[in-house]
Amino acid sequence: MTAVQEQGTPMGYGSMRRKEDARFVRGKGLYIDDVRLRGMLHGAVLRSPYAHARILSVDVTAAEAHPKVRAVITGETLLDRGMAWMPTLSGDQQAVLATDKVRFQGQEVAFVVADDRYAARDALELIDVEYEPLPAVMDARRALDDGAPLIRDDLAGRQPGPAGNHVFDWDAGDAARTEEIFARADVTIAEDLLYPRVHPAPLETCGAVADFDTISGKLTMWSTSQAPHAHRLLYSLAAGIPEHKIRVISPDIGGGFGNKVPIYPGYLCAVIGSIICGRPVKWVEDRSENLMSTSFARDYHMHGEIAATRDGKILAVRVHVLADHGAFNGAAQPTKFPAGFFGVFTGSYDLEAAYCHVTGVYTNKAPGGVAYSCSFRITEAVYLVERMVDMLAFELDADPAELRMKNLLRPDQFPYTCATGWVYDSGDYARTLQLALDKAGYAELRREQAASRERGELMGIGISFFTEAVGAGPRKHMDILGLGMADGCELRVHPTGSAVLRISVQTQGQGHETTFAQIVAEELGISPDDIDVVHGDTDQTPFGLGTYGSRSTPVSGAAAAVVARRVREKARIVAAAMLEVSADDLDWEKGRWFVRGDPDHGRTIAEIALAAHSDLDLPEGAEGHLDASCVYNPPNLTYPCGAYICVVDVDPGTGKVSVRRFVAVDDCGVRINPMIVEGQIHGGLADGVGMALMEVIAFDAGGNCLGGSFMDYLLPTAEECPSWELGETVTPSPHHPIGAKGVGESATVGSPPAVVNAVMDALRPFGVRHADMPLTPAQVWCAIQGRPLRTDLAIT
Amino acid sequence: MQVPSHVEYERATSVEHALELLARFGPESRVLAGGHSLIPMMKLRLAQPETLIDINGISGLSRIAMEGDELRIGALVRHAQLLDSALAGEHFPVLHDAERVIADPIVRNWGTIGGSLCQADPSEDLSAVFGAIRATAVIQGRDGARAVPVREFHLGPYETVVAPDELLTELRVPIRPGGGSAYEKVARRVGDWSVAAAGAVIWLDPASGTPTVSEAGIGLAAVGAGHFVAEEAEDFLRGQPVSDEMFARAGQIAAEHCTPSADQRGPADYKRHLTGELTTRALRRAAARACGQEA
Ligand SMILES: Cc1cc2nc3c(=O)[nH]c(=O)nc-3n(C[C@H](O)[C@H](O)[C@H](O)COP(=O)(O)OP(=O)(O)OC[C@H]3O[C@@H](n4cnc5c(N)ncnc54)[C@H](O)[C@@H]3O)c2cc1C
Repeated sequence: MTAVQEQGTPMGYGSMRRKEDARFVRGKGLYIDDVRLRGMLHGAVLRSPYAHARILSVDVTAAEAHPKVRAVITGETLLDRGMAWMPTLSGDQQAVLATDKVRFQGQEVAFVVADDRYAARDALELIDVEYEPLPAVMDARRALDDGAPLIRDDLAGRQPGPAGNHVFDWDAGDAARTEEIFARADVTIAEDLLYPRVHPAPLETCGAVADFDTISGKLTMWSTSQAPHAHRLLYSLAAGIPEHKIRVISPDIGGGFGNKVPIYPGYLCAVIGSIICGRPVKWVEDRSENLMSTSFARDYHMHGEIAATRDGKILAVRVHVLADHGAFNGAAQPTKFPAGFFGVFTGSYDLEAAYCHVTGVYTNKAPGGVAYSCSFRITEAVYLVERMVDMLAFELDADPAELRMKNLLRPDQFPYTCATGWVYDSGDYARTLQLALDKAGYAELRREQAASRERGELMGIGISFFTEAVGAGPRKHMDILGLGMADGCELRVHPTGSAVLRISVQTQGQGHETTFAQIVAEELGISPDDIDVVHGDTDQTPFGLGTYGSRSTPVSGAAAAVVARRVREKARIVAAAMLEVSADDLDWEKGRWFVRGDPDHGRTIAEIALAAHSDLDLPEGAEGHLDASCVYNPPNLTYPCGAYICVVDVDPGTGKVSVRRFVAVDDCGVRINPMIVEGQIHGGLADGVGMALMEVIAFDAGGNCLGGSFMDYLLPTAEECPSWELGETVTPSPHHPIGAKGVGESATVGSPPAVVNAVMDALRPFGVRHADMPLTPAQVWCAIQGRPLRTDLAIT
Repeated sequence: MQVPSHVEYERATSVEHALELLARFGPESRVLAGGHSLIPMMKLRLAQPETLIDINGISGLSRIAMEGDELRIGALVRHAQLLDSALAGEHFPVLHDAERVIADPIVRNWGTIGGSLCQADPSEDLSAVFGAIRATAVIQGRDGARAVPVREFHLGPYETVVAPDELLTELRVPIRPGGGSAYEKVARRVGDWSVAAAGAVIWLDPASGTPTVSEAGIGLAAVGAGHFVAEEAEDFLRGQPVSDEMFARAGQIAAEHCTPSADQRGPADYKRHLTGELTTRALRRAAARACGQEA
């Protein structure tokens, strides 16, 4: 590997316009719902109105009699074919169509295939399901109670460990040493914090067009997939179709945010529908189906503790988590990490010890767990530690910026092994925080706040400093369903010098077609416009695990750089043959090999490519053509960081919060396309404002989902977002070929605690130390009254 | 995509035609105005009318005009049109205040005033506003028109006095000089329905040194106020001198008499608190406007 780029400059071509936008701005994207195949039928899913009920009978006679209905599929149909259950990404099983019981409201019960979407929907009303409602577990904190209703009786005898609604126990860090520090610390603080259930809510809902060719036995699966290769395996396991007979195509994706990492029963129903009817079947869920049944995020009930000296040296952090995984453990995360990367709750600080214990439980809620731009639970981890640090500042009456400055890791401590064993690669935290403070005019803001408090106004300033761990991951430690998290990549330079790059990850708006071309362009010295990036089709691309957890640039982007360097080295051999010199005597400048000491004697990549395909005599070992492939197995994760400062105003009479300013200084290492990086940050900050102030999926005691539409599940709009003030520091990753660290989730991870810290800071005059998200006007008012709401339950 | 069940469609060309169609297709038919309440309900299959009678092609129902000492607002006037109307804003700033915080520009471009009132959603902002300013609804049937005060228009949630074969055609608002009005709303997010909202209109009697309240109207949305108004607070205010303290008292009275219920927008005690707070604020602003101290 060549040396890391020292300078924090963007790569060549910098903020070039996105290549994919040419089609998007013309409305020429191809999304799942745009796919129309000849003879295509349409599917619709019948869903459970109950959170927990036994299915007594399913009568489909009337639906089958509908003149436009081609097939009605039930759990019974699937049982006969051995397809009633499918594997989840966490090694659990999930019902494709319920056979015995329904376990959450919105669970799939039957699937109708009809000539058009209207008829399919009409026929759902003709299916008669008899249910026997059962008591449901809607409060995660009651899931392990004696006598709690047993949700997963299907696992009887299969699951090791404690029975009941228990999914897993996992811990990290040194419990004894942490306890010892807590026992002798001057100051210890404990608080219960809920990171409520939220939903990724991509504007494009999930969907698929399954096309099973009855003659060849090949399934072509068009679907909203962030991980086409992993999905191919899952379809093979669930439907018994050999893997080489499955082609997964993930066309343009209208937002993923983790929602499109797992496979859903609807996809498999479309497959089965196509097998049964011998025609392509399209299924696209509607908004409510997406919000109520697909992978949610968070739902972490945390008991956090922090220990420090009286003068503000943080010593240890401890946390006990109750993790609500819903009715099936559908969380997508590396196998050895049932709580994802929550272990980095040690944050950006030099701690003496840390310990966490996570207990996963089943509830009668939609399955899933990790989704929504969270870097495998780092969102929860950062929220925890950044709230705890602010509470410490509250108790010590210390300035939260100074307290952080005092405890941040120093550059000379990297690589730094944190108390739970993660090895942070690089960072210059104090510089990053200082830049944010300067940009915000922190001292002046504090003065303004003091004056405004005199007038009875509630202005708040909130800081968060986050360290992320992204780019999963090293094969030795990280796999999903046994598949190591390395990424393949192939680069072929055509005879005329343009090229095609085939990558294993899949873009959902991140701009891979541009940035990956830029990486290769930088390495080969050809124009990004001459490089076609192919992705999202398992027949066209090498194997890899897909785009989530901010892993594309850290893993697949590294693969692209490596493969381009391999091509460059091949080109060197060809150039040597062309110039009749030894390859060792050639020097590289962007786009061209030339004879050392004789710059006029050289060959461009285009000339070399043509020669490589010609009758030129090549030395032993060189095979001709100009291409290469690689599998990139990252040596470590990358660790982006950032310092965020949020300024809010709270209306004391109504509890309404307005975000006045938001300063975000990100360090994601080398930036390939700064415009795209900023776009990622803008989106993530808006997400963060949404989670902090309005987003939540709560459930009432009767098991009803209270966030099943965009009138109930609120997403932020431009009105709630200030004009973002961005800044950057650049600390390249020492082990990544181009020093990039990944940025897709930084802002989503870092911003919620900044907003919450700001609101709590505003409420300081009332002595409010903590209230759970979302900080709606009602929640803020209740916090002021000293009785904040439990936001995961119905408000009564 | 959420898809409605089968529905027939008819396009009315005049009020008479609409009434005829309503009579012909009976109670399973529904008037379609902006469709921003009806169509979502149909997509969720909460409403499954057999026939839609589209009134958007009827001319003459989209007028905002002064006639005598009345402001007349046609049932087909869009939210956006009311927001743009200088005439409406001049006489009742409360209309502009409210329209600015109803839904979003897309809904406002197509949703109508008549549809808003006929939908009779308990959180409907315009029901509170027209209640506060004591508008009268003109309802047309095949046997002629009748005028019903907005304070008698609603029978309950989603229920009005408009019969299935009738059409709301117009709202009439009496104009009296010397007044001021304002609307205050708290929502979880822009475009969301009110957690609570209050509209106030106030007329001052400047005869003596401190002006006194000669007449007041207070409308409340989303807090279970009977007919969307706070009559007890209005009664209290009449004849009182203008002061922040009086307005706060009126707010308290309004809060005491409403019957909010808890939902995901907030617990009942919070909504009650907001009712008081927003009523007070709306009265203060209305009074400031009446005194020419604020636009
Ligand atoms: C996203 C969104 C946000 C919203 N936010 C708010 C908000 O913050 N505050 C608020 O107050 N409202 C809000 N609304 C509601 C909005 O104001 C109403 O949907 C809309 O304006 C109703 O008018 P319409 O013309 O669309 O009615 P339609 O949907 O066409 O009709 C509604 C009902 O009234 C009947 N009807 C319509 N016109 C007549 C008539 N002339 N005579 C007899 N019956 C008639 C229809 O048959 C139907 O039953 C929101 C709506 C949406 C979609």
